[in-house]
Amino acid sequence: MPADRRILSPMVVLGGLSALTLLSIALFMTLGARGKWDFILAFRGTKIAAMVLVGYAVAVSTVLFQTITNNRILTPSVMGFDHLYRMIQTLLVFQFGSGLVASLDPRLRFGIEVASMVVFSGLLYWWLFNGAGRGDNRRSLHLLLLVGIVFGVLFRSLTSFLQRIIDPNEFLTVQDRLFANFNRVDVELLTVSALVVLAVSLVGWRWRRTFDVLALGRDAAINLGVEHRRAVMAVLVMVSILVSVSTALVGPITFFGLLVANLAYLVVRSHRHALILPAAVLLAVLTLVAGQLVLERVFGYNAALSIVIEFVGGLAFLFILVRGSAR
Amino acid sequence: MPIATLPLATVGIGLLAVWSLFVGVSDVSLATLFGGTPGGAPDQATQVLLVSRLPRTLALILAGAAMAVSGLLLQMLVRNRFVEPSTAGTAESAIFGMMMVSLLAPEMPVFGRMAVASLCALAGTGLFLAILRQVPLRSPLVVPLVGIMLGGVITAMTEFVAYRQDLIQSVRGWETGDFSAILLGRYELLWLSAALTGVAYLAADRFTVAGMGRDVATNLGIDHRKVMALGLVIVSMTTAAVIATCGMIPFLGLIVPNVVSLVRGDNMRGSLPWVALMGAGLVLACDIAGRLVIHPYEIPIGTMMGVIGSALFLYLLLRRNGHAG
Repeated sequence: MPADRRILSPMVVLGGLSALTLLSIALFMTLGARGKWDFILAFRGTKIAAMVLVGYAVAVSTVLFQTITNNRILTPSVMGFDHLYRMIQTLLVFQFGSGLVASLDPRLRFGIEVASMVVFSGLLYWWLFNGAGRGDNRRSLHLLLLVGIVFGVLFRSLTSFLQRIIDPNEFLTVQDRLFANFNRVDVELLTVSALVVLAVSLVGWRWRRTFDVLALGRDAAINLGVEHRRAVMAVLVMVSILVSVSTALVGPITFFGLLVANLAYLVVRSHRHALILPAAVLLAVLTLVAGQLVLERVFGYNAALSIVIEFVGGLAFLFILVRGSAR
Repeated sequence: MPIATLPLATVGIGLLAVWSLFVGVSDVSLATLFGGTPGGAPDQATQVLLVSRLPRTLALILAGAAMAVSGLLLQMLVRNRFVEPSTAGTAESAIFGMMMVSLLAPEMPVFGRMAVASLCALAGTGLFLAILRQVPLRSPLVVPLVGIMLGGVITAMTEFVAYRQDLIQSVRGWETGDFSAILLGRYELLWLSAALTGVAYLAADRFTVAGMGRDVATNLGIDHRKVMALGLVIVSMTTAAVIATCGMIPFLGLIVPNVVSLVRGDNMRGSLPWVALMGAGLVLACDIAGRLVIHPYEIPIGTMMGVIGSALFLYLLLRRNGHAG
């Protein structure tokens, strides 16, 4: 064994990942294409755009969430974030009627949804992570995980409860947006989402060194002069926006973020967010595009990618849990 | 006080059951039952009562009692308060088995389906126990986490196959408990789970001792492995029978035993009748509520129990900052 375990420098890794990602995108756009190019490019281009956006949102939100919770096994999805998002969406229609919700400008609608999501999730997880006023009694990680999962079940059951008592016609009009997949992505929503994600990223990039400090843990971060409370809240807000975007576009993918974030730490072997974040994003996009490519071209079916990811991700989660690195 | 409470509770559940008979779209009441067409063929209200309402109420009682008791059993065997068939991979494996049967042998009679589902449930629970043995740090909260994740992985497998074979709808049906399709001739499998619950009662003392751990049990002269095996078979068969009849009822086996143990302690022979009664009562109450909320329509019990059960579970988890049994 060579003494230096880090055989490749992070920059080489990032370069390699970028090349692979570009290659898979190029293959996805061209492989098996028959017919008019302007149609194919537009059709597949939308899919690619959705995958890039979702991969980006999932990867960044997971890495940031893991940074503030100081743990490699938590993801926003495991903590019930995206079920919360669906519940809020359903609740909005239930409360105000599909007519009003549908007549809103999509940008405004999206804004309202994201805002309510941020407020709700912010309050909920703030309470959860800060021990519900129990002072310095820090909650155990396993309790937190379990509570998150059960919250997810609660939100999901409440959503399906609402969907039962809502007027069926009312519900049909929103249902499509709750259960979208990569094959039918709302182009209008895609543009709005891209702008929102861009805005979040610009803010986030300026904070990247603060993230590095936050990753050291609460006490160390405070010692180093970070306003911990405010920083964590800011990250929670960013995470909820990103989760809303990815859920609105393709629906929940529970373990995907976990898989990508852990892989990113594995290949980059660094704790600097300026390296980890791009690596996670590249890995996410690569997995989505290459996975979809293999499923579509090799096995010949369409929307099952999320199920495969769920299976592999779930296995990875069990593995990490059993290995004991969850402590 | 302790002597009179059990009969009293039984009477309460009985009243719930009677109420359950009279809730529904078609008009069944004492007046229509006894004031109907005299002399002729059995009139409509009697028909509805015998073919639909009575089987439904019986199914609710049997399924509720059985799931609550298998939750208690599983908690004893795994020695963890936060486990039940739907947080140990048992229910998910049973659903996997049900799906494989309808895929490979759609003509198989219902008893055969249940047998296959039970075997799968047994295998899944066994896998869960095997994984638990590998977990280095056994905080009480890791156990349900592993179970839930294992369930997620098995569900992903089920859905992948179901997606390709257009079986997603059947799978969703088994995943969400629903008593609206119960008719005479479609619930009798549940009597089997009642019999299994009886076996559990007869062996209750052994399970209590087994629940104290392998060493204590062996010292007290009990074959720990045999008791474990018996318990796992009961749990798997009960779960499979309930899922084959009406679908999964989440959290029931978790909430009821925990509440009973808070009040009555952990002697299984003493608490088992209570667990069975409370299980039946909770399911009856949830089902009646589900039928009343959006009256001519109804909300399936899986959804009602998902809301109520997860809220109660959260309460148990957060009650005393992770007080874990």
